[in-house]
Amino acid sequence: MSDAWERVQLASANVPFRLKTGVVWVVLFLLLAFVGNAAGFDLPWIRDNFRYILGGLRYTMFIAICGIVLAVVMALLGALARISRNPVAYGVAGFYVSFFRGTPLIVQMFLLYLALPPVGRNLMASYAWLPEGFDEAFVLDAATAGILALGLNYGAYMTEIFRAGIQSVAGGQGEAADALGMTYGQKMRKVVLPQALRVIIPPTGNEFIAMMKDTALVSFLGVTVASAEVFRRSQLVGKADFKNLEAYVAAALVYWGLTVAFTVFQTRLERRIGRGYDRAHVARAMRVQANQASHTVRAEP
Amino acid sequence: MSTEAVNDRQNDVVVRIDGLHKSFGQLEVVRGVDLEVRRGEVVVIFGRSGSGKSTVLRCVNFIEDPTKGSIEVAGIRLAGGHRTRRKQDQIRRLRLHVGMVFQQFNLFPNMSVLENVTCAARCANRGTDAQITQRGKDLLDRVGLAEKSSEHPIRLSGGQQQRVAIARALCMEPDVMLFDEPTSALDPELTGEVLSVMRTLSTELHMTMMIVTHEMGFAREVADRMAFFHQGRILEEAPPSELIGSPRHPETRAFLDAVL
Repeated sequence: MSDAWERVQLASANVPFRLKTGVVWVVLFLLLAFVGNAAGFDLPWIRDNFRYILGGLRYTMFIAICGIVLAVVMALLGALARISRNPVAYGVAGFYVSFFRGTPLIVQMFLLYLALPPVGRNLMASYAWLPEGFDEAFVLDAATAGILALGLNYGAYMTEIFRAGIQSVAGGQGEAADALGMTYGQKMRKVVLPQALRVIIPPTGNEFIAMMKDTALVSFLGVTVASAEVFRRSQLVGKADFKNLEAYVAAALVYWGLTVAFTVFQTRLERRIGRGYDRAHVARAMRVQANQASHTVRAEP
Repeated sequence: MSTEAVNDRQNDVVVRIDGLHKSFGQLEVVRGVDLEVRRGEVVVIFGRSGSGKSTVLRCVNFIEDPTKGSIEVAGIRLAGGHRTRRKQDQIRRLRLHVGMVFQQFNLFPNMSVLENVTCAARCANRGTDAQITQRGKDLLDRVGLAEKSSEHPIRLSGGQQQRVAIARALCMEPDVMLFDEPTSALDPELTGEVLSVMRTLSTELHMTMMIVTHEMGFAREVADRMAFFHQGRILEEAPPSELIGSPRHPETRAFLDAVL
């Protein structure tokens, strides 16, 4: 190894690591900008259309939030069923998890959107006693079908997260609740689930971030122009003006920004939940209290 | 009430264990235990680890299901076997008469100390909110932790946590308290505070207690009766002076020689 290279290494050792990674990021962005410029990247076009693409965010977020709420409900029910001794609950939950983890999300979306309506129609034709409008219940609009598919699919994955979270609560906790004569519901609500939540929330946040990106799949169901989400909008304007590069880069930036923002929020949330259990935090609080106590003692004559 | 009636009440049996067997798979841990505990009585259960003493205690409130035999607490008599919905409900009603204190305390870390003490009473609708809170505070005062009521359990020492656990069990106003090695997880200097709380339960509240412990000095002092467990059976059962002073079985003698 040459002396010069060693001198560089030694000089570099004094530069903070974060600064160095920051420089790497900047260089990467500059590189991308250079490539984009060379490829004739149309910045003014982005400026003109970004607002429209960004407008899809409210639909993206609406679909993602509805989806995650449904997923959490399904995961909670699924997890409780997976730890129960009831064969019906256990079997149904096992079937649910197996099917929705075993088939592609996009297939599930089309099953709900395009394959359900004929089921309703055919049932209506076969059974005369079915009430009027029964078949219409099987016709879902694209957003509803998308939300249902996302929620059911992610719920199946999250069932395992919830089950592991519930089982991570020490066995003695459940025994103590039992010994105090609590019912199953009381035990779960007051003792087990609040403690399981600490384990469940971080991976659930990850699932939510993943789902925000999977909302783009809903556009394949064909959403009306007025209520299109981010990906659909960029597709529409990109195709119209023949600006595919700019349109999809814009869409990517929107999703990227969204996940970065949510990751920061999630990190904060995790820090907050950990508080009651974090011994370091407790020790800190006790030190503060001890200081206050010693001050009051000293203040007394 | 006539004197006889009072005597009768004092003599009535709170816990009756009848021909109890318990197996875990192939391993038979408890092999036929009969034991009666009368109101106000303190029974200390001791013996080697693996002799089935903790298992018997855990069968009394159906944390473990007996394989054979039956348990009667406060007039509710139950046997082991499959837990139907109805059985589940009977078990829960039996448990409302039994307080239990665990070796590992098992306080709920998501609740404050006062919430720990009062939550079960609230779940079981044992009075108004104000009444239950008052009872919880009184009990914390009794175990000497009144000023800790809004703390979280993690900020307490082991001895303090165990005293909270005792208050939590007392808040349900049980007919009998079960102590499963309550001081085994504590540093030696912290066992004293827990034992002294247990002592006052006996002397002041005349609480019926079943205690699994290795604290022989404490046992000699508070026990009305001691039962020596050996290989899943009660080998010897007598008042402490008799059992510790002149054990009849060589096994008992060997164990006492080892621990005293």
